[in-house]
Amino acid sequence: MIKHESIETNAGLLIILTLIVISIGGLVEIVPLFFINETVEEVEGVRPYSALELRGRDIYQREGCYLCHSQMIRPFRDEWLRYGHYSLAAESKYDHPFQWGSKRTGPDLARVGGKYSNEWHVAHLVNPRDVVPQSIMPNYPWLLETELDFSDVQDRMRALKKTGVPYSETQRELQRNIDEFGAEVAARLDILHAEENLMQQALANNYDGQRARITEMDALVAYLQVLGTMVDFSKYDEGYFTEFR
Amino acid sequence: MAQAAIASTEQYNYDIVRKFTIMALVWGLLGMSAGVYIASELAWPFLNFDIPEITFGRLRPVHTTLVIFGFGGSALFATSYYVVQRTCQVRLYSDWLATFTFWGWQTAVALGALSYMFGITQGREYAEFEWPIDLLITVTWVAYFWVYVQTLRRRSQPHIYVANWFYIAFILATAILHIFNNLAVPVGLFSLKSYSLFSGVQDAMTQWWYGHNAVGFFLTAAFLGMMYYFVPKQAGRPVYSYRLSIVHFWALSFLYMWVGGHHLHWTALPDWTSTLAATFSIMLLLPSWGGMINGIMTLSGAWEKLRTDPVMLFLITALSFYGMSTFEGPLMSLKSVNALSHYTDWTVGHVHSGALGWVAMISMGSFYHLIPRLYDTRMYSTRLIYVHFWLATVGILLYITAMWVAGIFQGLMLRSFDDYGNLAYTFVETVAFLHEPYVVRALGGAFFVGGVVVMAYNVLMTVRRSRIEAAELEAKLAAKMARA
Repeated sequence: MIKHESIETNAGLLIILTLIVISIGGLVEIVPLFFINETVEEVEGVRPYSALELRGRDIYQREGCYLCHSQMIRPFRDEWLRYGHYSLAAESKYDHPFQWGSKRTGPDLARVGGKYSNEWHVAHLVNPRDVVPQSIMPNYPWLLETELDFSDVQDRMRALKKTGVPYSETQRELQRNIDEFGAEVAARLDILHAEENLMQQALANNYDGQRARITEMDALVAYLQVLGTMVDFSKYDEGYFTEFR
Repeated sequence: MAQAAIASTEQYNYDIVRKFTIMALVWGLLGMSAGVYIASELAWPFLNFDIPEITFGRLRPVHTTLVIFGFGGSALFATSYYVVQRTCQVRLYSDWLATFTFWGWQTAVALGALSYMFGITQGREYAEFEWPIDLLITVTWVAYFWVYVQTLRRRSQPHIYVANWFYIAFILATAILHIFNNLAVPVGLFSLKSYSLFSGVQDAMTQWWYGHNAVGFFLTAAFLGMMYYFVPKQAGRPVYSYRLSIVHFWALSFLYMWVGGHHLHWTALPDWTSTLAATFSIMLLLPSWGGMINGIMTLSGAWEKLRTDPVMLFLITALSFYGMSTFEGPLMSLKSVNALSHYTDWTVGHVHSGALGWVAMISMGSFYHLIPRLYDTRMYSTRLIYVHFWLATVGILLYITAMWVAGIFQGLMLRSFDDYGNLAYTFVETVAFLHEPYVVRALGGAFFVGGVVVMAYNVLMTVRRSRIEAAELEAKLAAKMARA
């Protein structure tokens, strides 16, 4: 039996024992999450963000939206009525970093996609009180004025590819994506055509209401409009997802 | 007297302690003012002024970074460098390396705060520093570890005093947390943008393992180290129980690392992880209160000091808030309570009863003990210490009461239904309800900052007086020499 005195008189021993003691919790709780398959549900439809949506997500992070808006609906009746089906782990499996949030100063955004029109989002972001009089959200008028910088969007996608997001660069990776996501989605995940795809998506949908320009507003609204729309919940039985909890 | 002062500056490196102490006050003042400002933005949104750099979303990380890493971090560097020298009775290892930790840390904090205002952020709460600053912090931290351990190794006492155990645990844990939570792939060598290596559920768990242990080791264990030196010193009595300090040190270090998952109750995190985290959170109450009891009972037999010594008031009030928030924490980690409290201002109030009540109060009490010794004089005004104490205490009480009202009522409103089973309130109706609590919270914060302003003035006058005293002494000495 070692005496505590021997730890108190030996700095090296104190350091080693402390290291052991503080490492156990993290090892037991975090490491298995990477290996237990049930951690992330098997579900169809979840895909990486398109180039435009990705830039929108970067802006969402830049402005610190996650500090007031969660993207994680909990399995409660009031949240079901207010926001929709509870969030699945699979729905944020391409989110580097996750944007679940920790505080709802504003409402949850996990399923905000498709809930409001593009025009509503633009008006709301420029001045929230124009559409929601009691809102305390800041105005974001510069989003509508600032041209979207997408000069390094390929590099951004390449960085994400290194973390495991299936963007494609080679023919083989493209084929893998076609098999997994279908040809239309796979084309949008192609790094080599990122700029074209981005411009095409922005011009086709004209999120910001300004035809001639691609602004940061285009990107942010594109991102907001895709949130929570990837999984078609009508395809699954009510009980299916509980198997993974 | 002059002899003693000179001897002590030679024996110990007080210069580095002074530098960190002053910067703690500077960052504290800036960071807490930023806090009052963003609190006001929530009460009166026009204060965002359509200026990107000062909108809530960008300024909030500025507030948290300046108070946690600027104020808290500098206070920990200052006190740990002081405590390790005094308890080991040896001068700090390597002056230049210690100075390097000073500049490294201050640069990281300043760059971090500026970068968030310009929208450069990792988007991870309390770990928003982008990768180049993360690297700077890592290098600084390794230097800090090295200075600390080398000083310990050179100690002239056989025993390592308990305060140092806590500082060591803090330095080690912070290193591990910082490295693993900031694993990221930069967009390019010259790009300030990076993407987290992990995603979704794994990323969330890593982040909150970090996030809660930033609280556990940065804001608790390290400040317990501070407590274990300054409370007995100021009380002039030994620590209440040696055995309790051993038990609660190992228990605290072991248990804290398990509890981060309670930030993710009812999310897509698997139930087993969040249940485990809740269980350990409840157990954590014991070592937390072990520390509180050990601190408060150190005063047993000298309770009258609370009537005569305002510094003791700071220290004991800090321990009381520590006890309260470490009771509230396990309560909020229960899944059923968390269902209501999570995502609301109750959490914000809980954090501040710990951050203001415990971390800031124990630091300020320690500084009031430390500063006269660093400058070889007395505090300029005892009365102002009392003024500071009451401003701070009233401020905290206003703050946390407002947040209890805000959080609990918003939680109740969001889950109430009418007779037909429809939601009784829209989300924005709850936001409108929050206006008054938000005003009171901003007021509470303003009280607290007012206290810090009083302290800054008191410290400034103390430093000035110490300079005048030193000059007078020198003049006297010179006159004596001239006569001789």
